[in-house]
Amino acid sequence: MMLLADALSCERGGLRLFSDLGFVLQAGGLLRVRGGNGAGKTTLLRTLAGLTRPAAGEVRWRGDPIGDDYRREMLFLGHAAAVKDELTVLENLDFSSQISGLEISASKIKSALESLGIARLADLPARYLSQGQRKRAALARLALSSGVPLWLLDEPFAALDDEAIARVSALCAAHLAAGGMLVLTSHQDIPIAAPDARSIELRS
Amino acid sequence: MLHAFSFIVRRELRLALRRKGDALNVLVFFVVVASLFPLGVGPEPNQLRTMAAGVVWIAALLAAVLSLPRLFATDYADGTLEQMLVSPQPLIVVVLAKAAAHWLLTGLPLALAAPLIGLQYDLPAGALGVLLASLLIGTPVLSLLGAAGAALTLGVRGGGALLGLLVLPLFVPVLVFGAGAVTSTLIGINPSAHLSLLGAFLAVSSLVGPWAACAALRVALD
Repeated sequence: MMLLADALSCERGGLRLFSDLGFVLQAGGLLRVRGGNGAGKTTLLRTLAGLTRPAAGEVRWRGDPIGDDYRREMLFLGHAAAVKDELTVLENLDFSSQISGLEISASKIKSALESLGIARLADLPARYLSQGQRKRAALARLALSSGVPLWLLDEPFAALDDEAIARVSALCAAHLAAGGMLVLTSHQDIPIAAPDARSIELRS
Repeated sequence: MLHAFSFIVRRELRLALRRKGDALNVLVFFVVVASLFPLGVGPEPNQLRTMAAGVVWIAALLAAVLSLPRLFATDYADGTLEQMLVSPQPLIVVVLAKAAAHWLLTGLPLALAAPLIGLQYDLPAGALGVLLASLLIGTPVLSLLGAAGAALTLGVRGGGALLGLLVLPLFVPVLVFGAGAVTSTLIGINPSAHLSLLGAFLAVSSLVGPWAACAALRVALD
């Protein structure tokens, strides 16, 4: 079980962001993607998620080019929280886990909200959430996705307070300890216990 | 797959229920536009009868164009569309479910309201039935081809106007056969030929529309 990036090159609007980027991620592996603003961290994550097509190179999962099987085994959380104002926190999480193909009961969702410290907001329409609470609601999917091997998290710690950061990094550490894989971009250096931690620096 | 289709449709309906204004606006727009014509052209019954089907159909097309920009735009803006693309659900199922929900929320209410509009135009009972039938067959085309247009103009500034220019020409066959069915009933010709052609066009657009929308969505989120 592994994620392989083979000689990836990415461009945005004709501008070369990085080229010949390669790495292998094994079970239990953590990869931190570093780099300044506009260095291509988000583009790299979107490429790994299969949203953006690389200018050259390819992403492989278990030796095969990424496809439908890959999407079943991958969780991507981008900048946008994908939380609908009109729906309650519980309904939002119910929909996002259904779309990820996870069959999850309401009590499991409640305990996921508990693990992010927002259980009391479960029945609140998301429009009343603060920025940080919204981010927590989006990240509650981590607690439901322990069975999903690969997590791709773009700036998971942005807008979070210290307590939430501790909760999220604990979830990440548990995922890695259970043999999961994690790629994350972050400006802060949040310590995450990992059997196999590496980082790459993108320079434009 | 059927499960994915049904939970996306149910979610769209629930969202529409929480913001009733959007769906209601489209229906009110349709009724107002169709009701303005008799006021503008005068109360001559023969004239009204001959133009009824065309007016109702054009009002339906304009109402559809009014509603289409929102089909993907809110999901695009808040990141839901991105999550749908990276999910294991086939994108075509997502698009079909969104088009189906769009029809349930706009096409179906328009079709059901049309016979009431037809009464304003003094249409006989038989023609009212054909008008309803033509709208029931024709409005799904507006949602299916409209989905492709909405996906193509996603993220484009002033996309609403562009969307109208893009999809209205594609709606021409629906307008011709839809209005034609009612008009032929009025002059005593069996409308089944028109309705069959409308059905054929629905079959073609249910293949082409969602497929084009999928390709356009992948490009929009690249």
